[in-house]
Amino acid sequence: MDLTLKVWRQDGPQARGRFETYPVPGISADMSFLEMLDIVNERLITEGVEPIQFEHDCREGICGSCGVMINGKAHGGHERTATCQLHMRTFKDGDTIVVEPWRAGAFPVIRDLVVNRSALDRIIEVGGFISINTGSAPEANMLPIPKEVSDAAMDAAECIGCGACVAACPNGAAQLFTSAKLQHLNLLPQGQAERWQRTVAMVETMEEYFGGCTNHGECQVACPKGISIDFISYMNRDFIKGKSINRRLGGQGLAK
Amino acid sequence: MVQAKPRSTVEAAVTPVNRRPKRQMPWPLNLYQTAVGKKWVMAITGVIGMGFIALHMFGNLKIYLGAAELDHYAVGLREIAYPILPKENALWLMRGLLLVSLVLHVHSAFSLWAMNRRARPMGYQSKRDYIAANWASRTMKWTGPIILLFLAFHLSDLTWGFANPDFEHGAVYNNVVASFERVPVSILYIVANLALGVHLYHGAWSLFQSLGVNNPSINWLRRGFAALFTAVIVGGNISFPIAVLTGIVG
Ligand code: FES
Repeated sequence: MDLTLKVWRQDGPQARGRFETYPVPGISADMSFLEMLDIVNERLITEGVEPIQFEHDCREGICGSCGVMINGKAHGGHERTATCQLHMRTFKDGDTIVVEPWRAGAFPVIRDLVVNRSALDRIIEVGGFISINTGSAPEANMLPIPKEVSDAAMDAAECIGCGACVAACPNGAAQLFTSAKLQHLNLLPQGQAERWQRTVAMVETMEEYFGGCTNHGECQVACPKGISIDFISYMNRDFIKGKSINRRLGGQGLAK
Repeated sequence: MVQAKPRSTVEAAVTPVNRRPKRQMPWPLNLYQTAVGKKWVMAITGVIGMGFIALHMFGNLKIYLGAAELDHYAVGLREIAYPILPKENALWLMRGLLLVSLVLHVHSAFSLWAMNRRARPMGYQSKRDYIAANWASRTMKWTGPIILLFLAFHLSDLTWGFANPDFEHGAVYNNVVASFERVPVSILYIVANLALGVHLYHGAWSLFQSLGVNNPSINWLRRGFAALFTAVIVGGNISFPIAVLTGIVG
């Protein structure tokens, strides 16, 4: 396949970026998108041009580092597909492919296609964990959890933190990420002790960095793990509950 | 191998785009200090607005029963809960509720819109290709102001009457006919109702998500409800100017 690549080049966080166009001849349809970028970079290096910087690690859709906008869609817009899992056969010979980094106030561009996604870590830091000493693994089936519930928790836990939800959202909102990280703990018995604090803390931190949800539903189709916006709805419910309930026993308010 | 150019030493630092409120207001006002809370307010005030719009459209269908019926219905509105309450008291309570709802709906929309703009200071430089976001969801910020402007005209036309030269207080039927016989007014009314429809089609679905009303076994009903509600409201409302212009009413 012969393609044309129009890719965002930016020398540093403060530099002005621009699109550069590179001809990409002789690409095999069986290559992945990142392999195609590797080939382009090899050629750029031999030509003495600085290679295109992009983030990648696992190349099998589990680390969440490879996200870029491809032709205006996060990860290229195929169902449950991260950029590294995207095959070149999804493009046609002669296509021009436009590649741009994630855009969000909380995701500053470091270089070319690489953005700083550490705002997502700020959200996890305030509650995306269970602070109990777990000891050694308990006897299986000691904690009864209905199959449906553990399935739902696992669906939420699939989130790889790639940031596609933020990138795809017209508002730059991180609700799908935050709700997935919340619900995979909030649904399980071990997550109950800190459920309300966790929800309030993570939502409020999210709101410092990201936009708000207007229910476009764009995030769930962009998500390479197919996480549902149902979790956002559960998060909204838990947040108002977390803000509203007072779990102190009556009368203790006076002892403050 | 080429030597990579030296990297910029300035770190791509991540800074918050929204400030956290300095002081927590007492419950439930503290909810309104958060974006998720504002969406709740938007959804609840939206439901109140939907209730009003549905009753308003339904009541106005009396126009098809003739002048006496419609005018009598208008008098009846002033006598809701009478004689338990003095005349018009219930009406003013409802008007107060609607006004507060409208102000909150608009204010929450505006402040969330501003927040969303801060969240993406630099937009995509290439063309975005939306998959799920539809026309209705992406035009809420336009259909909203259109409805608001229309509301101002609508009140001055048929409630206060100064935009309607033939206005006569209490003669509802004649006022409506006189207003819609002006073709531009009818067109404006139809266009505004289409905007209302687009707004409702997203809002009447979206409110379930915002309120956390989500149950996978009934979720398929939510879009259907929004479509049906929109169709009934817009269909009913648009029938009035058409009926006047075609002479069915008048
Ligand atoms: S490289 Fe790990 S998800 Fe794509």
